[in-house]
Amino acid sequence: MATQHSRSAARMMMAPAVILLLGWMLVPLTMTLFFSFKKYLPMRGGDLGWVGFDNYIRFVTSSAFWPSVAATLIIVLGVLFITVVFGVLLAILLDQPMWGQGIVRILVIAPFFVMPTVTALVWKNMFMDPVNGLFAHLWQAFGLTPVEWLSQASLGSIVMIVSWQWLPFATLILLTAIQSLDSEQLEAAEMDGAPPLSRFGYITLPHLSRAITIVVLIQTIFLLSIFAEIFVTTQGSFGTRTLTYLIYQRVLESQNIGLGSAGGIYAVILANIMAVFLMRIVGKNLDA
Amino acid sequence: MGQITLEKVSKTFGDVEVIPPLDLTIENGEFTVFVGPSGCGKSTLLRLIAGLEDMSSGTLKIDGQDATHVPPAKRGLAMVFQSYALYPHMSVRKNIAFPMRMAGVDKAEQDRRIEQAAAALNLTDYLERRPGQLSGGQRQRVAIGRAIVREPEAFLFDEPLSNLDAALRVGMRLEISELHKRLETTMIYVTHDQVEAMTMADKIVVLRAGHIEQVGSPLELYHKPRNSFVAGFIGSPKMNLIEGSEAAKHNAHTIGIRPEHIDVADSGGQWQGTVAVAEHLGSDTFFHVHGTGLGETITVRATGEVGFKYGDTIHLTPRADQIHRFDASGLRVE
Repeated sequence: MATQHSRSAARMMMAPAVILLLGWMLVPLTMTLFFSFKKYLPMRGGDLGWVGFDNYIRFVTSSAFWPSVAATLIIVLGVLFITVVFGVLLAILLDQPMWGQGIVRILVIAPFFVMPTVTALVWKNMFMDPVNGLFAHLWQAFGLTPVEWLSQASLGSIVMIVSWQWLPFATLILLTAIQSLDSEQLEAAEMDGAPPLSRFGYITLPHLSRAITIVVLIQTIFLLSIFAEIFVTTQGSFGTRTLTYLIYQRVLESQNIGLGSAGGIYAVILANIMAVFLMRIVGKNLDA
Repeated sequence: MGQITLEKVSKTFGDVEVIPPLDLTIENGEFTVFVGPSGCGKSTLLRLIAGLEDMSSGTLKIDGQDATHVPPAKRGLAMVFQSYALYPHMSVRKNIAFPMRMAGVDKAEQDRRIEQAAAALNLTDYLERRPGQLSGGQRQRVAIGRAIVREPEAFLFDEPLSNLDAALRVGMRLEISELHKRLETTMIYVTHDQVEAMTMADKIVVLRAGHIEQVGSPLELYHKPRNSFVAGFIGSPKMNLIEGSEAAKHNAHTIGIRPEHIDVADSGGQWQGTVAVAEHLGSDTFFHVHGTGLGETITVRATGEVGFKYGDTIHLTPRADQIHRFDASGLRVE
């Protein structure tokens, strides 16, 4: 495997894939960079020439920018918190031997297979509708005024929808991790006098740390770019305009490609900052 | 103090009776070994004593106190697991400190006991390492250290040496024996290896399918096996068990003769056969002899170097006073 010859052969065989992936990433990035320095308004005169850093300055100084960053962070951190905490609890629950285990596990995983648009529609119309939604009926059953979820608790609603969607993923990864825990370790801790909560804290949780790291990393990548859930439910109103959604509005609703591209570059920078932080905080878990 | 008494203790999993009701007393300070073939229930019995499994019926007493429903941590027993079960994310020091931390022992006392255990087990240089950075033997010692610092009434060992290589196993066997002599604490040790049982035990409990076949000191079991199962299980190489006409001559259903109690000669022996395999160990020579007309292969042990080779005719004479006799149900006949 490690001869000079086999190594160069391996390199040659990997080359097409590497070149394709590199092109896939570099071409759009370069184009975004290119447009971000232009004033480009497709419906209002098209390409109006170079403007330097004008788009970058306008994007950041816009009153919508900082709220959108805040909304993005709230959604990402909120969903991460809910999915990790409930993922661990569900994984422990599903690890217990019980009747109908196979079916229960499939049911738990099911939401992950539902398309984001469908998920958002189901929640918006079937659960959160203030007139016909299940929640409205539930509130009325207790004599309360139904909550207008998507306007009164808009960010919370989005976090709830996205958490519902990603909880199965977290549960699945954490469940496989829990199943690999050596039961003798738990028994040893039991003999050593550790009550159940200490056993969880000292044995189970450290064992899960690597799986939690993976869940956090992968989910962050996908959560930074959630779009369908917002598009279908609030259209970015009531404080749910994330950075992704703001860029979409700049490009397609205001038809300003240059401004949107500048926003895109900011999003790339933000994602990288978060990635560096995450790697710093949790990366050491992956070394061991 | 550490006397453990089992009264009519049984265990069933669903419809399967793993351990039929049994009685056993383990005296304070005794090194007791549970030995038997795999699946005989010896580990289950240990786990019942530890409290990791619930008894289906019966009572367990520790120092005369009923401990049947006492949770594992409160029984004052420390267990060493087959897989060592060290906590992989804690250093050796924290691993050893864990039971004391759970018991709320104060910090200075914790450090004193850790240093003492580490010195006794040659772990002082490794206290800051993680279990993953240690060899098998060192991990085993950490697991023992974690048990010692609790100062338990009794130690429970569940096949602790089966993951070690042969040389290390002999070394650890001695260390555990020395530890027992020094601490004088009750120890219960589960193994399928009869050599470990013979070398370490004060008292051996031979189990088969959950039944106690015999309880006794190693030499009692060697000289007076209660039945043909114990006779075949204790001793290495295994005792030759012969049925048929040869056994009938001794008024028995089965006779047993240990390989070391058969004399070999070129001619004039009681039995005659051909050497199928000769194992030369230097100090001893083992012959596996075929064609003696006694049914099975007869194993013979001769001291020193004896010159028979594959295919040679060999004459065997059992020492008459060393023949064990068993009846049709396998019980010993005096």
